[in-house]
Amino acid sequence: MSDTNILEPPTRTTKPPRAKRDVPTVKRNETIIEILSDSGEGAQRCGQSLASIAAKMGNGVWTVEIIPAEIQPPARSVAGASGNRVRIGSGPISNGGDEADLVVAFNEQVLLGRVRASELKPGCIILLESMWRSDRNPGVVASYTATYDQLVAAGYRVYEIPMEQECRKLVSDPRRGKNMFVLGVLCRIYSLDHDLAREQIAITFGKKDQKVIATNTDLLEAGWNWADANLDFRYSIPAARATQPQLVINGNTALALGVLASGMDICAMYPITPATSVSHYLSDVFERVGGLVHQAEDEIAACAFAIGASYAGKCSVTVTSGPGYSLKQEAIGLAVMCEIPMVVINVQRGGPSTGQPTKGEQGDLLTAIYGSHGDAPKVVIATSSIEDCFYAVITARKIAEMFNMVVVVLSDANLATGQQPFQRPQFSESWLAPPFDQSDIAAGSKPYDWDPVTGLARRFVPGQPHGMHTLTGLAHDRDSHVAYDPEINEEGLRHRSLKLAALQKTLRPPNVFGEDSGELLIVGWGSTKGAIEEAVERLRAEGLKVSSMHLQFLQPMAPGMKEIMQRFDKVMTVESNWSDDPNDAIIDEENRRYSALAMMLRARTLIDIDCWTEVRGRPIKPGTVAAAVRAKLKQ
Amino acid sequence: MTLEATHCLLRMYDDHHNLEDYQGGVPRWCTGCGDNAILTAMQRLCRDNDLRPEKTVFVSGIGCSSRLPHYMRTYGFHGIHGRALPVAEGIKMARPDLNVFISTGDGDCCSIGAAHWIHGVRYNMNMTMVLHDNHVYGLTKKQASPTSPRGLKSNTTPRGSYLEALNPLSVTLGIQNVSFVAQAVDWIPEVLYDILTAAYKHRGFSFVRVIQRCPEFLPKMFDPWLQNPQKTLVLTHERGLRLSPAMAKVYKNQQEHDPLDMDRARQIASIDDPIPVGILYQNPEVPCYEDLRHSGQLRTADYVRAGLEAEFDKFTVWPAEGEQSKPAA
Repeated sequence: MSDTNILEPPTRTTKPPRAKRDVPTVKRNETIIEILSDSGEGAQRCGQSLASIAAKMGNGVWTVEIIPAEIQPPARSVAGASGNRVRIGSGPISNGGDEADLVVAFNEQVLLGRVRASELKPGCIILLESMWRSDRNPGVVASYTATYDQLVAAGYRVYEIPMEQECRKLVSDPRRGKNMFVLGVLCRIYSLDHDLAREQIAITFGKKDQKVIATNTDLLEAGWNWADANLDFRYSIPAARATQPQLVINGNTALALGVLASGMDICAMYPITPATSVSHYLSDVFERVGGLVHQAEDEIAACAFAIGASYAGKCSVTVTSGPGYSLKQEAIGLAVMCEIPMVVINVQRGGPSTGQPTKGEQGDLLTAIYGSHGDAPKVVIATSSIEDCFYAVITARKIAEMFNMVVVVLSDANLATGQQPFQRPQFSESWLAPPFDQSDIAAGSKPYDWDPVTGLARRFVPGQPHGMHTLTGLAHDRDSHVAYDPEINEEGLRHRSLKLAALQKTLRPPNVFGEDSGELLIVGWGSTKGAIEEAVERLRAEGLKVSSMHLQFLQPMAPGMKEIMQRFDKVMTVESNWSDDPNDAIIDEENRRYSALAMMLRARTLIDIDCWTEVRGRPIKPGTVAAAVRAKLKQ
Repeated sequence: MTLEATHCLLRMYDDHHNLEDYQGGVPRWCTGCGDNAILTAMQRLCRDNDLRPEKTVFVSGIGCSSRLPHYMRTYGFHGIHGRALPVAEGIKMARPDLNVFISTGDGDCCSIGAAHWIHGVRYNMNMTMVLHDNHVYGLTKKQASPTSPRGLKSNTTPRGSYLEALNPLSVTLGIQNVSFVAQAVDWIPEVLYDILTAAYKHRGFSFVRVIQRCPEFLPKMFDPWLQNPQKTLVLTHERGLRLSPAMAKVYKNQQEHDPLDMDRARQIASIDDPIPVGILYQNPEVPCYEDLRHSGQLRTADYVRAGLEAEFDKFTVWPAEGEQSKPAA
């Protein structure tokens, strides 16, 4: 790489290099930026830093990670694209949006996949690393020039940037510095605060030594100056800095902070994508509040460990994703049968089987509700924003201990890595689990003294004198004695089921987004909330009578939903899981498989609820939802 | 007598337990089942060490052996097949103050729960596990287990089992962090009791394999060993098992074995005839996982709050004081 020929400026560097200092700055309400590189070149770090700087300026942001499934996919490959989408807005941003306005690519291959997937707006600005034009390998040169020409012909505004060449002036291995150079370029283009950008470098590399910070600051400046001197466009996305302190974190960090804030002591887990980063962060910090993360030998052991810890002390939590969730089913059934509180976090990914480990999906709803053999009622709640990830865990822990139930928290890969600012929570002691009971048990008390109305029974914790009993996964009576009598079996089933009804009685009807009545009601759950509500806003602006309703509780379901649905002509769920397309040749009303929530709601309300789903391994876009709704309304 | 002294006496009275204090439901095991001997030894152990019943938990999986907690009058956790160990580990991690015992069988431990067995030994948490090894599945009516001798005819191996038996002692002694391995037989209750007591007193994970009879499905299997005391090799040592004079007269096939000697322990583990009985290995120096993991910090609300706020600080964007974000030049 020291060959000077290779370092010669590419012949067509910065095609429109006439850019000047007095380039007008165009105001935008929002923009979508993508940064793409080979795995290991730091595009993700660049994207996250960009988002943090914008968030600190008071912009609404949402980030979507673009992740290859492998650790070291081949360089310059379509499948190896790694990076980040950052959507920045003047107001709050609740999802990754539609197509990108500007894409930075470290090579043309990583860009191709995104182009083919129609992730770029027509006429999108592309900032492309130009070094490949003079690569030693003629094949690379040919591929690069062909791609470049095609992109230009397709109407994209392609700017070639000599990233490698510029960075080499500052560092010996530009592969490791380009990302901060690009950050500088982007900060200049989007008129982001220069000081905040420098600050961000110090934060990003805070754990490294001063020299690293200095080098990366130099790269940032170089990028900034290069853009200043060479680019002929500039934007600003005006923002009002928030008046309240904001947290800027992703969903998995929010879940982990929720675990901290819930007062739980023990998290047992086994590594699985995309849930593991919850445990990474928790492993780092849980001990600072006196908790601990146990990495078990397998998913089953993690669940059983959490059950043991819950049984003998405070409610515990286990964190997993689809395949791990399947493995835990028998143990979850045990916790249900023995009425041991436990929180199970499932950060959903594409399934079945190994499926799409790094991609989000909402395919586990029915497993979460009906999983484990026999009748195993458990509570299922879904998170729909980053903020929600934090509070959902606190709520889950409370419900688990109040009702002695398993509470499943469904998040997904989209929330896991998505970043969104939200108001810094105000600590409340009521979040924390109370100390477990060690008082004497009064004579005559039974370990399953089910309340005939609510099914609730007080839990006996080891250490409580006179509470000795043997808990069992076998059918049992109120004394926890194994019992096969038909009456006792039904009594147990009935009381375990009643607890769901008891919880349901405490729930409020969900809010309706938009008007209370109209032509179409969209019902959603989980991470699609932002996209659905943005679609509803757009459709309403077009004059369509569309509203939406987003469910936090999936089991039990909030009251009053049927009544809400009846105020609309049509009801349709929007979900990221499978449903048969009614237009397929052999699909008809008798054999069509509806999406998970639609199936549940149809059964519960007897309303003819339709569904629209997409399982493309990427977040559902507001524009896609809007298009689906327009089509539905034309039916 | 002062009030304090009265209380003290009352406490003494309270803390002194009888065998009945540990006797739960009436065992439903077959007459002559080795599980009965283990249960009796456990009840004696609890009484003689004055274990508070409310501070004691017997954890089990599924199988004949795993019914044991129902017959104790302590806390019990009769869970699911193979998973007694991770449940027990969760209990011990949450509550190091509890006495935790595990009853498991050769199917429960060596087959469906084998992964947990290996890792349970490695965690070395301070608890006692008894492997009730009767070489056969009993509750599901006679199927070959991993410890069935080769050629055993069972409902799933009608022409005889195909594989050599797994040796639980050798496996356990091959695992990093192993700290206590012993073997007993159900038909010598006094030695069984002594070994379980040593296991209970060992600080760390104590693995005790008890070879036991299944009168229903393998009624004659251990007859030669019952009839001939010479076929039992008793391991004795001042740091290990010490036989009473009466027992020493009967079990004359004795060998001095230092439980710190791992190499010899592994050799002994591979002997199946005579059956070695005693403490094969004991190393009190292995750290316990729960000790490594617990900070010992009292979790007050203020403590949690301070930790949480510190984390929030890392991710907080503070509002500018009266300052609008400056548009870049």
